[in-house]
Amino acid sequence: MKNIGNLKEFATTPDRFQGGHRLCPGCAHSIIVREVVNATEDDIVVSTATGCLEVCSSIYPYTSWDVSWLHIGFENAAAGISGAEAMYKALKRKGKLPVDKPAKFLAFGGDGGTYDIGFQSLSGAAERGHDFMYVCLDNEGYMNTGGQRSSATPVGAHTTTSPRGRISYGEKNWKKDLTMIMSHHGCPYVATAVPSKWKDLATKAAKGFDTEGPVFLNTLSPCTTEWKFDPADTIMISDLAVDSCVFPLYEIENGTKLTITYRPKNKIPVRDYLGAQGRFSHLFKKGNEHLIDAWQKHTDEYWEYLQRREEAGV
Amino acid sequence: MAEKYELKTKEVWDGNTAASHALRQAQVDVVAAYPITPSTPIVQNYSSYLADGYVDGEFVMVESEHSAMSACVGASAAGGRVATATSSQGYALMVEVLYQASGMRLPIVMTVVNRALASPLNIHGDHGDLYLGRDAGWIHLIANNPQEAYDMTLCAFKIAEDEDVRLPVTTNQDGFLVSHTAQIVEPLDDETAYKFVGDYKQKNPMLDFDHPVTYGAQTEEEWHFEHKARQHKALMDSPKVIEKVFAEFKELTGREYKLVESHNMEDAEVAIVAMGSNYETAKIAADEARKAGIKAGVVCPRSFRPFPIKEMAETLKNVKAIAALDRNCPMGTIGALHNEVAGAINAFGQNAIITGYIYGLGGRDTTVAHNLEVFKDLAMNAEAGKRVTPLQKFINLRGPELSFFKVGE
Ligand SMILES: Cc1ncc(C[n+]2csc(CCOP(=O)(O)OP(=O)(O)O)c2C)c(N)n1
Ligand code: SF4
Ligand SMILES: [Mg+2]
Repeated sequence: MKNIGNLKEFATTPDRFQGGHRLCPGCAHSIIVREVVNATEDDIVVSTATGCLEVCSSIYPYTSWDVSWLHIGFENAAAGISGAEAMYKALKRKGKLPVDKPAKFLAFGGDGGTYDIGFQSLSGAAERGHDFMYVCLDNEGYMNTGGQRSSATPVGAHTTTSPRGRISYGEKNWKKDLTMIMSHHGCPYVATAVPSKWKDLATKAAKGFDTEGPVFLNTLSPCTTEWKFDPADTIMISDLAVDSCVFPLYEIENGTKLTITYRPKNKIPVRDYLGAQGRFSHLFKKGNEHLIDAWQKHTDEYWEYLQRREEAGV
Repeated sequence: MAEKYELKTKEVWDGNTAASHALRQAQVDVVAAYPITPSTPIVQNYSSYLADGYVDGEFVMVESEHSAMSACVGASAAGGRVATATSSQGYALMVEVLYQASGMRLPIVMTVVNRALASPLNIHGDHGDLYLGRDAGWIHLIANNPQEAYDMTLCAFKIAEDEDVRLPVTTNQDGFLVSHTAQIVEPLDDETAYKFVGDYKQKNPMLDFDHPVTYGAQTEEEWHFEHKARQHKALMDSPKVIEKVFAEFKELTGREYKLVESHNMEDAEVAIVAMGSNYETAKIAADEARKAGIKAGVVCPRSFRPFPIKEMAETLKNVKAIAALDRNCPMGTIGALHNEVAGAINAFGQNAIITGYIYGLGGRDTTVAHNLEVFKDLAMNAEAGKRVTPLQKFINLRGPELSFFKVGE
């Protein structure tokens, strides 16, 4: 397992994901991707679902990827990487690849490509036990196509297909709990992470690379364009998400051992997180306050649930 | 190493068994597949070869055909021999990924056991799936019996993986009429078959970590057209390689395949053009028709894509009347095979009378007698020197007669 070391050491690792891509200034996707791909020294094959990351990093004749990289479609990043991993196993067995050089298999998908349209393919690849790590870049909507809702969009968020309006407060449903669902697939390792807690993220990625079998990392990826915050504030928004416990950081080993990896010293109110983003601004208008209360209750209950699981060692 | 499978010089195999053995003998590195009638036995046979040690590649039993083709793409881009099999709804579910596979120039081989598309749901043979993937950028080879299903599958690897082609290939066989009909098949022994197919030659493999590659890039207005045009050119140029591979195959087995197959065409005045098992039926009908004084012949394109335009026109250059039989419902126009053949003869200045027939949908029987009826129509057109029968007719359809563009209408 790669020793992540200090920030200076980590930041000077040669880049496998190069700059010059066309993601928005302040986009968290590239921060997360760099932190993940630099968390191993082994060779890697990367598969990426259609979405902001893919569209912005592979515009012919350029590529940001200094590793072997594959994009097939929106819903099949997991199936694609499972095929590549199968080929690796087959060629190793047949003596057509060096035995002493391990390679790792990694897939990236947005929340749309993971929670929704690509969920079947991910579920299948995880169930079949391929040796790969899947990283979801969860920005809570279909951002590449202009910010439509997904099953990762949280209650009250304004999106272009769950818009706020005269009689609408935005998205009606709570976010799907995909991390738990993947843990229940029998994945030996699942975890949540955010770009601002870089060491936590990189350590989890390194652990994921080191784990044999399917690994799922769910990363919250604040989107400056659709969440409506200043591009300079990406890291701050990411910190607000974990300090309010809206997006708790934890890991689960073998489906049973849950560990909380970050415990805010001062748990801040959820309204601070919501208030920092334009997509929730209407919740602060008269008549919608009950949604902020509901958010707080939902967040507290879930945080409580995680703590009880951790205490009980399950 | 995979165990050698002892085969007799003559086996009694159905089309599925024949295709399965060809996949086994090609020592495919990764098969990713999902079962569907009537191609399921291929997936099952492959599973038992694996269970008995007759194959040593990876077999990925995925959760859908969409993932089957996606895993094939991942495996092929990684750098090894890849194959799968499907039919009908499974094929339909793959369509998006078929285009992605060919756009990335990945030499995947897929056996398609042709079956109707729902609704209404139907498990029997027609060419609905083949036609659905017509423009997907794959080479589509046609096998009309179990022997050909075996032969075409071996040839498919060699064509797909050729340096000058690097395109995915389907080998098509009719659901049940070929896939489940046992006939005598003369296989090659394992060693000879593998030697014919040859070792897989990697091209830009993802597993060559010293040379990282980007597969599936984004191209918009500046480059998309150039990419697609070059892919089309690769298909248009592929007949040279197809013919080269067929020549090598003939050398090895004595069995001869051509871009356009024909029967009784030397002096034929009328001809049926058909793909699949009805080619065999029409051959018998042509022999019967000759007894009745009709100079009948039969023609079958061995590859539906690339369509052998010139060879088709050449084969038909002396006939007076042609019937193109489509085993697919064109839904609002004339059959696609009809249009291909009409386009081909027209392009070379030939003016035979051409009519279209829709037949065999959802496994409807098409017999020698039905083909004979077509020859009689053709004889009428040939004698009149102009089209006197409808432009489009339906063979063995129940209920009131259905036809379009009757003469005089
Ligand atoms: C089969 C298919 N359906 C729809 C689309 C259109 N599409 C492309 S990317 C995208 C949204 C991507 O959202 P997400 O996965 O969350 O990634 P993000 O762009 O937000 O990072 C959509 C709807 C497509 N490319 N393919
Ligand atoms: S729209 Fe959002 S996710 Fe997409 S590139 Fe811009 S900031 Fe990143
Ligand atoms: Mg998204």
